[in-house]
Amino acid sequence: MSGREAILGKVRRALGVDAEDGARGDTVEKRLGRPPEGIIPERGQVADARRVKSFCAEAEAVHATVKKVKDHSAVPAAVAAYLRSKNLPAEIRMGADRRLAAMPWTKQKALTVRPGPSDGDDLTGVSHAYAGIAETGTVVLLSGTDNPTTINFLPEHHIVVVEAKDIAGNLETVISKVRRKYGRGEMPRTLNMITGPSRSGDIEQKLLLGAHGPRSLHLIVVEG
Amino acid sequence: MEIKSPTFKQNSHDALANEQLQKALGNVRSGFIDKRRKAADRLPEFDALRDEAKRIKDHALAHLDLYLEAYERKVTASGGHVHWAETAEDARRIVLDICRASGARTVTKGKSMITEEIALNDHLEKNGIRAVETDLGEYIIQLRGEHPSHIIAPAVHLNKEQVESDFRRVHDHLPVARDLSEPESLLNEARMVLRKEYVTADVGITGANFLVAETGSSIIVTNEGNGDLTQILPKVHVVVASIEKIVPTLEDASQILRVLARSATGQDMSVYTTVSTGPRRKSDPDGPQEYHVVLLDNGRSSMLGTEFQDMLRCIRCGACMNHCPVYHAVGGHAYGWVYPGPMGAVLTPSLIGVDKSGHLPNASTFCGRCESVCPMRIPLPKMMRHWREREFERRLNPFSQRFGLKFWAFFARRPGLYKLGTGLTTPLLSLLGGRKKRLRRLPFASGWTRFRDLPAPESRTFMQQWRDRETQKQEAHR
Repeated sequence: MSGREAILGKVRRALGVDAEDGARGDTVEKRLGRPPEGIIPERGQVADARRVKSFCAEAEAVHATVKKVKDHSAVPAAVAAYLRSKNLPAEIRMGADRRLAAMPWTKQKALTVRPGPSDGDDLTGVSHAYAGIAETGTVVLLSGTDNPTTINFLPEHHIVVVEAKDIAGNLETVISKVRRKYGRGEMPRTLNMITGPSRSGDIEQKLLLGAHGPRSLHLIVVEG
Repeated sequence: MEIKSPTFKQNSHDALANEQLQKALGNVRSGFIDKRRKAADRLPEFDALRDEAKRIKDHALAHLDLYLEAYERKVTASGGHVHWAETAEDARRIVLDICRASGARTVTKGKSMITEEIALNDHLEKNGIRAVETDLGEYIIQLRGEHPSHIIAPAVHLNKEQVESDFRRVHDHLPVARDLSEPESLLNEARMVLRKEYVTADVGITGANFLVAETGSSIIVTNEGNGDLTQILPKVHVVVASIEKIVPTLEDASQILRVLARSATGQDMSVYTTVSTGPRRKSDPDGPQEYHVVLLDNGRSSMLGTEFQDMLRCIRCGACMNHCPVYHAVGGHAYGWVYPGPMGAVLTPSLIGVDKSGHLPNASTFCGRCESVCPMRIPLPKMMRHWREREFERRLNPFSQRFGLKFWAFFARRPGLYKLGTGLTTPLLSLLGGRKKRLRRLPFASGWTRFRDLPAPESRTFMQQWRDRETQKQEAHR
């Protein structure tokens, strides 16, 4: 008997159920087909105007830094300014995201943009978020050529561009959006939810930023 | 891993006498409790979410066979492989086979209690494959040849001086004169050393906080980012997870996520919550080329349908041990196996047998703090009591204890005799207590009086006092 049959058999015997019981199957199918939403906390249901504000506040509370800009064209300058403020070389790693590609990077004469996934030698990576979550100050990123997952973790500093209109109140709203994009039950290889820069409390429970992932997380919120 | 639970009493004595350990345990007492309280207070819906989280897991467990099948279908459809492991040995064999098939020499590991449970590292090392722990705490204890003493803070029993001396011993290629006096410098050194491991590893092994039936995804929740580097850089990603990690949908995972980090570290949300589904897609520039899930039973199915089923709701947040006076006193290693604290006291007998771990469910004051903070509302004290009953039924506890219990039970069933007995002994003990009302020595109670005085009872029994009170009340009414 295979491990599979043995385990499923034990589970069914322990629960006292029959594999052929149609009613149980219907219950499961129904839940998978129409997931109940559950409890959405009030702070995850804030109205439009306050949503961006609470997103920024929550992100800053977990040691991310936030910069708001008026429109897409202002992003490259904001990136360059951040690098200067941190005394970082004017070089970024970036994926093929069309929204990022359409921005006026060439106007930042000193800035070098290296395309593709991170090879581990990049000091700074730039990604475009799929969504933001106001409830927790989280950014959501999807894997693919547009925003390779390695950029989220290998560089020392991670800059994430998020559009104000993509900032949702709660994770459940983002899940619905992912479902519409990929189809029911389908997912990209990796969906990252990132809430602040990497940290560890493993030595004497002292909070230290910059464990294995980026030491800093800078969010650029595009309002236009 | 060698089971040291049978010597729990000796382990505890050693732990109480260990000054370094006692100093380190102060960090548990001071940090976790306060942080959890603040996080819970900041979310008015916290208790309602606990109820919802419990309902979700109860539903998933009641339909576990069907959700496992649905989950498997989705993993396969997304290009991944599911392996079913009835026992720890099966799981070790499966993981080794996957490593061998990919010609692996080094594997990196994200933090995973389940791989501790199946003693995976030892097995890989024995077969010539180097396993490198990448979570900072896990990395430190691996250097020391130790096991985690806490399920979410594996090195909580250590002080920074100990970590410094381990780093100096192992990282002997680095300059001797470097400064490692602060936690920051220790973290930076580990970061630098481990960076090289991530990129050279052939296989990355992680656990899972959730397996999602709807999408065939595994979810991990971390703060350091090591788990993600482990699962995206090597060409093979192996997830080892036990069968009760299943939740039906992404929404269900989201509900439980709201109580997980708050209960564990007092964060509203951990830094990295990552949903992984299958291997990298054709157009993906990074990510693993193979994705395997090892579904482990190892005794869980035999907890279903019993008084221990509720334990399968556990999401391994560690809140129960953070709030446990026994854990605070002796730390995690005293428990003698993988899972310490109240959750360990219930789970360990289920997994390795109550004959080997009977001390654990007895190591409780039944103060109930564990149950009061458990995000999944697991009745931990009640289940420890069930284990004590089983221990008694199977005649596993020593004669003196069994005799004592029977002696007490004899009187407890005969209220007349009981009253007579307490009516005689209570004034006697009260008299012996003297002016200070404390007893320094008492026959059959040296286990207590060797370390502290026993408060002497009032001169009258509870029943007598109660009767007087009621009489007075009635008189006052007249």
